[in-house]
Amino acid sequence: MNESGLSKAVTAGEPPAAAKRSLSATIAKFRELGLLGFILILMLAVQLRNPSFLTLENLNDMATNTAILSILAVGMMLVIITRGIDLSIGATLALSGMIAALFVGQFPDLHPIVSILLGTAIGLVCGNVLGFLVSKMGILPIIATLGMMYVFRGLTYMASGGKWVSAHQMPASFKGIATGSFLGINYLILTAVLVYIVAYYFVGHTRTGRQIYAVGSNPDSAKISGINTDKILWLVYSIMGGLSGLAGVLWVSKFASAQGDTATGYELSVIAACVLGGVSIAGGVGKISGVLLGAILLGILNNALPLINVSPFWQTGIQGAIILVAVLINAIVKRGVDRNNLMRRKI
Amino acid sequence: MEMRLIEGKKAFTWKGFFLQWEWMLVAIFIGINLMNMNLSEYYWDYNSLRDATMSFLDKAFIVLPMVFIIILGDIDISVASIVALSSVIMADLYNMGVPMPLAMIICLAVGAVCGLINGLLVVKFKELSAVIVTLTTMIIYRGIAYIILKDQASGGFPDWFSFFGWGYVGGIPFILIVFTVFALLFGLLLHKTVFGRSVYAMGNNITAARFSGIQTDRVKVIVFMLAGLMAAVTAIFLTSRMGSTRPNIANSYELDVIAMVVLGGISTAGGKGRMIGAIIAIFLIGFLRHGLGLVNVKAQVLMIIIGLLLVFAVMIPKLKRNKAVNKGS
Amino acid sequence: MKRMKWLTACLSVLLVMSLLAACGSNGGNNAPAKNGGGSEQGDTGSKEKRKYAIIFKNTGNPYGEKIMDGFKTAVEELGYEAILKAPDQPTAEAQIQMIEELISQKVSVIAIAANDPDALQPALKKAMNAGIKVLSLDSAVNAASRITHVNQADPELIGRTLIQGVSEMIGGEGQIAVLSATSQATNQNTWIEWMKKELEDPKYSKIELVKVAYGDDLRDKSVSETEALLKSYPDLKGIIAPTTVGIAAAGKVLTDKGLKGKVQLTGLGLPSEMAEYIESGVSQWMYLWNPIDVGYLSGYAADALVSGAITGAAGDKFTAGTLGEKEVTADGDGTQIMLGAPFKFDASNIAEWKSVY
Repeated sequence: MNESGLSKAVTAGEPPAAAKRSLSATIAKFRELGLLGFILILMLAVQLRNPSFLTLENLNDMATNTAILSILAVGMMLVIITRGIDLSIGATLALSGMIAALFVGQFPDLHPIVSILLGTAIGLVCGNVLGFLVSKMGILPIIATLGMMYVFRGLTYMASGGKWVSAHQMPASFKGIATGSFLGINYLILTAVLVYIVAYYFVGHTRTGRQIYAVGSNPDSAKISGINTDKILWLVYSIMGGLSGLAGVLWVSKFASAQGDTATGYELSVIAACVLGGVSIAGGVGKISGVLLGAILLGILNNALPLINVSPFWQTGIQGAIILVAVLINAIVKRGVDRNNLMRRKI
Repeated sequence: MEMRLIEGKKAFTWKGFFLQWEWMLVAIFIGINLMNMNLSEYYWDYNSLRDATMSFLDKAFIVLPMVFIIILGDIDISVASIVALSSVIMADLYNMGVPMPLAMIICLAVGAVCGLINGLLVVKFKELSAVIVTLTTMIIYRGIAYIILKDQASGGFPDWFSFFGWGYVGGIPFILIVFTVFALLFGLLLHKTVFGRSVYAMGNNITAARFSGIQTDRVKVIVFMLAGLMAAVTAIFLTSRMGSTRPNIANSYELDVIAMVVLGGISTAGGKGRMIGAIIAIFLIGFLRHGLGLVNVKAQVLMIIIGLLLVFAVMIPKLKRNKAVNKGS
Repeated sequence: MKRMKWLTACLSVLLVMSLLAACGSNGGNNAPAKNGGGSEQGDTGSKEKRKYAIIFKNTGNPYGEKIMDGFKTAVEELGYEAILKAPDQPTAEAQIQMIEELISQKVSVIAIAANDPDALQPALKKAMNAGIKVLSLDSAVNAASRITHVNQADPELIGRTLIQGVSEMIGGEGQIAVLSATSQATNQNTWIEWMKKELEDPKYSKIELVKVAYGDDLRDKSVSETEALLKSYPDLKGIIAPTTVGIAAAGKVLTDKGLKGKVQLTGLGLPSEMAEYIESGVSQWMYLWNPIDVGYLSGYAADALVSGAITGAAGDKFTAGTLGEKEVTADGDGTQIMLGAPFKFDASNIAEWKSVY
């Protein structure tokens, strides 16, 4: 089948082959086209149902609510690319958020940047523990992160002493982290954009970033070709931990409350955002743009479901159906793109 | 990462026999029992231990096929939702007039169908990993359960139905007897049949397995279907334990099941592990929880202990192997 | 050599776990166990060894912690041992396991705030058959699963008071919405039913309940649902959130969007969580009750059941320590003991309560 296609292209002469190549070249460059198209159609459908969806205020709300998810999704992408998984991010988020909140309660006059650094530092510590377990101890990521998830969550409850940290115990400067804005753009959105820019550069344009893909693609050949796989694995989990810590502070500031059970089960949403965005669980594959789209899709769902005014008992089912359609479309489009790529190969 | 060696048949040594993962689990199990006996006078009591098994064995049914799935290198996180959906459908049908035995059979059928859908999606869309497929179906199955029952509970089952979760046969809990039977069946299936060998082969190298004549698609679908079926079995026992059902039951069961499987020595990288390990792990975690619960350990401390147990249990043999590897090279 | 390392590693793990368990446990089971006994009798054993247990819905919940504190105070006042248990997940399955553990410990009483009104029935029946007295509190179980229920406040009064409150806030007319917890929560649904009944009264003819949204007691979902309410119903005048997470989330959203005064907020909330929003005026007042008293009353009710002072039938009376005399009244298929009327928190008293709970 492929041979006949190729020979047709060769015998038919230059112009038709060139035309076919340029179209498939554009599609091939953008594997996430299926997902993007689906998102646009979805947004249109919701807008038809409730015209207040595509308003500036709602879009701003949606972006603010999705910012934290998208920050975490970047970290998770790096972990999944290395054939790993991190189930502990919800617990790390809760732990760092809780400690940061308790800290600002004790020292309300410090600049909020201190609490952000504190939260991120705690997240980094958690991530380092995971990195150590996975890389040096060789424990499978699913076990290491599952076990540490329980540990971090338990520590969160113990740190909180069974209490919540409430809004009146947080100084306005702390709460302003999430509500303040710069040049009209909310800090959360700015942080997310910043994280994405840094991640895009790191992943696509630095040696370490490329090495992460190598380790995930084929760990054995990566090691043989001189890449320090241990260091890469450790790094990846530390980054995830740091981002979780940052997200923890942002979360607690946004909701002006720190609870022991904050973000329980959130890791599943983050993983969903990644795999929706085309990150392969088998490792070695994943793009920042895809992850961003995946997070956006989930953000839209969370925002739009209450707006379309269906019975709340249908919300879960509709959410699942939409995700299923998105996943299938992405798979089919990817299948088509891969087939195009195969046909374009010159043997 | 370690190089994966294909394990050939090694010569039998007593040292080799006892240094296996499963024996270490047994050692930890004995250790936990000693600790529990020391902590609470109520632990080492036949009734207490016997009733403890009834608490944790309901989710143990799912562990059995999950071993297969993880050996294959896949995963199924929709099992908890399948429990909820099949339970909800069973209760709803019964309350609409369907006789209970028939409702129970339909419950099993629903579970099998859900598993079948999972399996078909996984094999038909090879671009998708099992994670994303079962993540999606997890949401959908739970969603359907909510659509059916909304905010109501459904129950009022006949008196004999409580026998499943609470009954004894000759002093032994019924659930324990049923579990033992299933455990034997699944153990035999895994270790003594061609089907079981196929699963191991596929877990090690799926392409090689396909080219050596194994019907990989069919094996996968069957394995996922078994998971769905056993989830429905769990649904029957859990519903019997609770006497009623709602769409939100079996919350986070999938995490508990996966923890039991990986603690049992079944590697999520695929191709390794034995059924007996998972079975020991079930009782290990179950009795640990029970024992600590008898001294009313706070939930947060219990979480930390279980988390550390998981990590340390996996870490210790690695420590040994790392030392050996370093010495050898 | 290798086996030595392996053994020491195993033993050290066990040692660590024992230490953790020992310092993590409450209730003094350790000492007597080590001495090989103490009295083993459960139900009506020697006075000193009687154990009264309480199971709350989940751990790390400040409201629950206060209830358990109150219970413990009452039980220790009476001279017995209190066992406080709460699962890490708010599920019925976890509570069934805890009930089994308490049966094994031969406690005299189980007081439970249930995660599911029906799913605990077989487990609680087993407890009652073993001679353990069972009562529910805060979040009830069905009448067949308990002897009686300790209710913090009359649900009818709660529902009606909330509507009366919001009506006063919005000037008697406009659209209102309810932000609830999970769709499965029984007490939420009961209060909402009474709210709807109150709205049938002609004096509320100009008030319209446009939607009941479910925030699932999750912060982020409650925020999304509140934002959606505000967008879908731009003329919304009032929000009633009878759940601590929901009302705090709604308070934050209204604050961030600068809707103070334009959209009124009331409901049931923790004073600590709502202090910020009541002081700022986003919510003029809200209601709750004292969870310490709920636990305290439950402790005395439990003792009254064990000693036989009451049997749980309507009309029984008993003395609940510093709370005075309490009466058992009828409640649907079963009976209940009422704490009192809901307590109103507003700007005048929030400062003194916000550090209590």
